[in-house]
Amino acid sequence: MSGNGKLSNIYLYTRYERFWHWLQMVLIFLLLATGFEINGAYTLFGFERAVKIHNYSGNTWLIAFAFFVFWLFTTGEWKQYVPTTRRMFAVIRYYGYGIFRGEPHPVPKRRDAKHNPLQRLTYLSLAAILLPIQMVTGFLYWAYNYWPGWGLEGLDLRVLALVHTAGAFAILSFVIVHVYMITTGHTIFAHTKAMITGWEEVEEEAAVEEWERKAA
Amino acid sequence: MNGLKQRIRGFWMIPLAAIWMASAVWGSPEPENRAPGRIMAQQALKERVLWITADHSKHEILQQEFASGPEVTAACLTCHSEAAAQFHKTIHWTWLDPNMPADKRIGKAGISINNFCISIHGNEPRCTSCHAGYGWKDADFDFTDETKVDCLVCHDQTGAYQKFPAGAGNPVSEPKVFKGNGKEYLPPDWNTVAQSVGRPTRQNCGACHFFGGGGDGVKHGDLDSSLMKPDKTLDVHMGVDGQNFDCSRCHTTELHRIAGRTYATPAVMERKSLVEDDLASKITCESCHTDKPHKPGVKANDHTDKVACQSCHIPTFAREKPTKMWWDWSTAGNKKDGKPYAEKGPHGKASYDTKKGDFVWEKKVKPEYYWFNGSVASITAEDAIDPEGEVAINRPVGNPEDPNSRIFPFKVHRGKQPYDTVRKTLLIPHLFGKKGSDAYWANYDWKRALESGMARAGLEFSGEYDFVETSYVFPITHMVAPKENTLACAECHARTDGRLANLSGIYMPGRDISKLINTGGWALVLASLFGVLVHGFGRFFANGRKGKSS
Repeated sequence: MSGNGKLSNIYLYTRYERFWHWLQMVLIFLLLATGFEINGAYTLFGFERAVKIHNYSGNTWLIAFAFFVFWLFTTGEWKQYVPTTRRMFAVIRYYGYGIFRGEPHPVPKRRDAKHNPLQRLTYLSLAAILLPIQMVTGFLYWAYNYWPGWGLEGLDLRVLALVHTAGAFAILSFVIVHVYMITTGHTIFAHTKAMITGWEEVEEEAAVEEWERKAA
Repeated sequence: MNGLKQRIRGFWMIPLAAIWMASAVWGSPEPENRAPGRIMAQQALKERVLWITADHSKHEILQQEFASGPEVTAACLTCHSEAAAQFHKTIHWTWLDPNMPADKRIGKAGISINNFCISIHGNEPRCTSCHAGYGWKDADFDFTDETKVDCLVCHDQTGAYQKFPAGAGNPVSEPKVFKGNGKEYLPPDWNTVAQSVGRPTRQNCGACHFFGGGGDGVKHGDLDSSLMKPDKTLDVHMGVDGQNFDCSRCHTTELHRIAGRTYATPAVMERKSLVEDDLASKITCESCHTDKPHKPGVKANDHTDKVACQSCHIPTFAREKPTKMWWDWSTAGNKKDGKPYAEKGPHGKASYDTKKGDFVWEKKVKPEYYWFNGSVASITAEDAIDPEGEVAINRPVGNPEDPNSRIFPFKVHRGKQPYDTVRKTLLIPHLFGKKGSDAYWANYDWKRALESGMARAGLEFSGEYDFVETSYVFPITHMVAPKENTLACAECHARTDGRLANLSGIYMPGRDISKLINTGGWALVLASLFGVLVHGFGRFFANGRKGKSS
């Protein structure tokens, strides 16, 4: 699967990024497990405990997310999420064809360009649309009893709950694909190791193109 | 790679966060009795000393010879001059809803109907053994006679005062056996009884209210003789090992007006705690416990605007004695060898009686739940019914949009009873009477009994009758269980078979889903799984082939 290029270690994920990633993993796992129990799919914690865990996880995530947004903008990392169509086709072609042929990745990871065009689109959709929708609908759901005081009598719990459930399915679907995609590094666990240590082995290849580079 | 250990150090925060969350969810044991609602209620209870300035045994007027109840009442009235006048205005005396226009005739003495013995008309001597009066034996009873008020049935403290079950409210003057239960009734010792008077206790109220429908626990489901001396498990407030409340502790009484619902009139128009109004009636839970009774942050506090306290705190009714759940009059009249008979069924209770038809008794019954604003709408023997379905003789009034409505537990007593197939109204049978009368229990002739009953009620009857299924609701509010025995969330927040499975008008987490979103959602999840599996196998086999060729 690996290309013929020489491998070199680069420091890809800072301590905060790794912490944020794994914290999210734990929270998303708890939220999905308890959320689908509340939705009635199975009995695991029991309804009452599931609701409590869900509420605490959700509110924890909401607070932690504020720090993430702060980090994103103060470090300039937000530029890693700017979507592009450049070389998008190459990446799609790689995952649909090249990967089976053992071809090298067309847009390898670099310190200042750690997302390929597909990832940029995926993570932007997640961080800017799906997760905020879940957080807003989840927070309002949690705050149901405050609606009259907040002038929100017009809200419909049913609609809110259904949007929140639909979002949960989208996240579960993302998690499945995401967990699979991290096995597509040059070894099965290469990406996982990178997200633990911060260091990723990448092929020494063409320099990062100017458009990919996050502005200094 | 030598930085590995160092970099992993940063992850100490994850287990720490997990521990914080776990502690928040599972919590640490907190000291008992911290719920504000309990503190408030216990404060309201402190220092209750009853003071009495009269010893009735010393009153000469109560030491005279008494031959009858009205003579005792006349003696009472010499001091308590306004008592009878006050009492005459109450539903306990009139058996008519005091809050409805008289011409509507709402009440037992009017043309209201139930699905037990249906109505009083023609059956007075039996029914009025529970009237707080003497001698209501037919429609000619004089409701203005002050001496006909029975002070003793509510105020006797000997426990020995008994009215004869078929004596129109009178005790016997000679020892007499009642055929209905085989018990012998003795004439009261009037002086002892009259000199014993005091505030009504559970024994006084229970003598009638625990035996509504003519037997122990027949009617209400949450009121039966097990509440005479209950333990805390049966009722936290009335338990003799707990607060030991009498009925009037909550049924606040002013001028003989006892707090409680009458038909369509709620017990209170506004839910207020004693903090908001120190003279408020204590008839609601909120009166003493406030509307945020649980510990801060407990989700149940968020439920009090929509769910009545009773819904969670009374998990089942009739927990010690059975209550009647079904009464089918249409099967009455069957005989064995030409003779009326009775059969016993489960719980040692009658399952059939020639006089009354089929019964079903149940114990530890789960209530049915409806939106309820404290008002119960009911139909009378004049209102048109639709005999196609089950006829709701009465029903809780309320809806999810009404801020005064709560989800409230009910006993629903169902059965079959006669109706006029031409006029489409429920019918009143004359049931109780001597041989030779028109009463059903005298000759088992429905038509004759119905003609007599309807005529006595002053209503028309076409002569054509059949039987129709009916329902009758009782709000469940007694038999409040200790907090350990309250309902778990999942009793209602359940996808199937939850207690609120049939309650419409609200979205309930855990119960309600959108089939479209759930089907679509799981399809998306399965498609994702399938997609990555196919892709993964593709990689696996592609690499394998390559490996072989190289």
